[in-house]
Amino acid sequence: MLKVDGIDVYYGNIHALKGVSLEVLEGEIVTLIGANGAGKSTLLKTLSGLLKPKQGVIQYENQSIVGKQAQTIVKAGISHVPEGRRVFSNMTVEENLELGAFVRKDKEVQKDIQKVYELFPRLFERKGQLSGTLSGGEQQMLAMGRAIMARPKLLLLDEPSMGLAPIMVKTIFSIIEEINETNGTTILLVEQNAHMALSIAKRGYVLETGKVVLTGSAKDLQESDEIRMAYLGG
Amino acid sequence: MKLACQLLPYEEIFSIAFSLAVTLYLKLFGLFEEEWGFMDWIQQLVNGISLGSIYALIALGYTMVYGIIKLINFAHGEVFMIGAFVGFYAIAGWGLGFFPALIIAMAVCAGMGMLIERVAYRRLRGSTRIAALITAIGISLFIQYLFIYFRGAQPEAYPEVISNQTYNILGAQISSQSLMILGTSIVLMIVLQFIVHKTKIGKAMRAVSHDMDAARLMGINVNTTISATFAIGSSLAGAAGVFFGVYYTKIEPLMGVIPGLKAFVAAVLGGIGIIPGAMVGGLVLGVVETVVSGLGYSLWRDAAAFVILILILLFKPSGIFGKNAREKV
Ligand SMILES: Nc1ncnc2c1ncn2[C@@H]1O[C@H](COP(=O)(O)OP(=O)(O)OP(=O)(O)O)[C@@H](O)[C@H]1O
Ligand SMILES: [Mg+2]
Repeated sequence: MLKVDGIDVYYGNIHALKGVSLEVLEGEIVTLIGANGAGKSTLLKTLSGLLKPKQGVIQYENQSIVGKQAQTIVKAGISHVPEGRRVFSNMTVEENLELGAFVRKDKEVQKDIQKVYELFPRLFERKGQLSGTLSGGEQQMLAMGRAIMARPKLLLLDEPSMGLAPIMVKTIFSIIEEINETNGTTILLVEQNAHMALSIAKRGYVLETGKVVLTGSAKDLQESDEIRMAYLGG
Repeated sequence: MKLACQLLPYEEIFSIAFSLAVTLYLKLFGLFEEEWGFMDWIQQLVNGISLGSIYALIALGYTMVYGIIKLINFAHGEVFMIGAFVGFYAIAGWGLGFFPALIIAMAVCAGMGMLIERVAYRRLRGSTRIAALITAIGISLFIQYLFIYFRGAQPEAYPEVISNQTYNILGAQISSQSLMILGTSIVLMIVLQFIVHKTKIGKAMRAVSHDMDAARLMGINVNTTISATFAIGSSLAGAAGVFFGVYYTKIEPLMGVIPGLKAFVAAVLGGIGIIPGAMVGGLVLGVVETVVSGLGYSLWRDAAAFVILILILLFKPSGIFGKNAREKV
């Protein structure tokens, strides 16, 4: 479904991604783990068209999406839940969800909003509330709900567990699995919480200072010594 | 705030503000009993509000553009001037009525706003704010003198498109022009509120002005949205230009400078980037000016706007509607 081959991304002189390659197959949950500053968010931003790679190939459903505008990529079926949620805090929950469906022209938007409310009952209770006043966990739910309003085939999630209490992390992760199972949405999950991420993912990649240093099945990664030392606390 | 205190001549500002306050006080409570009756106040208020609605319409363009790309579009006063002239040519040249002329002026200004953005500002989007600001000032001067070069600097007398009647409403003398300007402005502001809150492009505008990258991730075309913002803001300035011509009857190529600056003050007063703020700021400014000159201080009229600017920058830089606290990110 998604195939990234040898991309290089720069911020001015900073070389943030150095020849990164990875692949995501249809229906999978794939996780990308790595320390702060490894380049995880940079990779997602490149996939969703916010950044342009200097070199390399990105193929989505067998078509190159390098250099495509963000809105074209959203229409093609890739939605990105950015790091830090980035909800439109001056708008209500429901307005945020409507914006998620911005590229759609069909008549089923209202129906999908109800589906999001079924997935996240907390959002339903707060649908008229300004999203800036939601708790961190609720904002994460809203950011995810907003992204699935575009009916993506591939969902990019950037650190959904960031700053959340363990119980909320569990809720969010079980919803990620649910989205994957019921909608058949493919998921690329960026995480610092390697333990949780590997527990729901099929495969994983480890990124270090802009390079992929390790890849394998989630099970293998969980058992690998390097991962245990660096990300799972021994 | 610290910086502002060091740069501004504190004592002078206070002495100006103080003397203004004292004279106003004396005027209001000493003399006005015999000079100004209740109806005079109502009359001044209506005049002030219709002048204020002109400022408000211009201020809306400043505030919308600032909200979306954080740029003070100093060429906005020139869009207002062009609007006044387009209206003039439509009325005097083609013999059109008030509303057709208004619509043509708004349409031309919408196109002009989009052109300015496309040619001058778009390529500077990633650059420093000061670069964009200097460009804006450059564009403003460029339009003024290009216009003078091709047309000449002579003023023009606006034809009387709205018959100049004076209505006596419960003793207050109110001109038909004031009423027309006020009514049309209110309609335009309602339409604007509708666009911003209910339409897709309006939602896109709010999203882009809040978080450009997040808006991109929703599939919003940021360039189109910014163009639309310039078009809408500029069309309002165009309408204000026509109103100004009708109200003051004299237009000239440099007419955009002072109203442009005052509308900028109005936008800051209401809280720059906040749409209802621009409306309220414009109205407040119009009323203050009318009252100041109505009390016999017409020389202070223009100064009033800048005294307000200084006071607001000193005491509440975020404006009437602005929040001082940062939003939760
Ligand atoms: N806008 C930017 N301008 C310049 N450098 C940047 C920018 N954004 C990121 N970088 C740099 O690129 C590198 C990768 O950053 P990135 O945000 O992708 O890391 P990350 O893996 O997502 O980290 P984290 O886990 O902390 O979110 C870092 O060295 C960072 O300093
Ligand atoms: Mg990151």
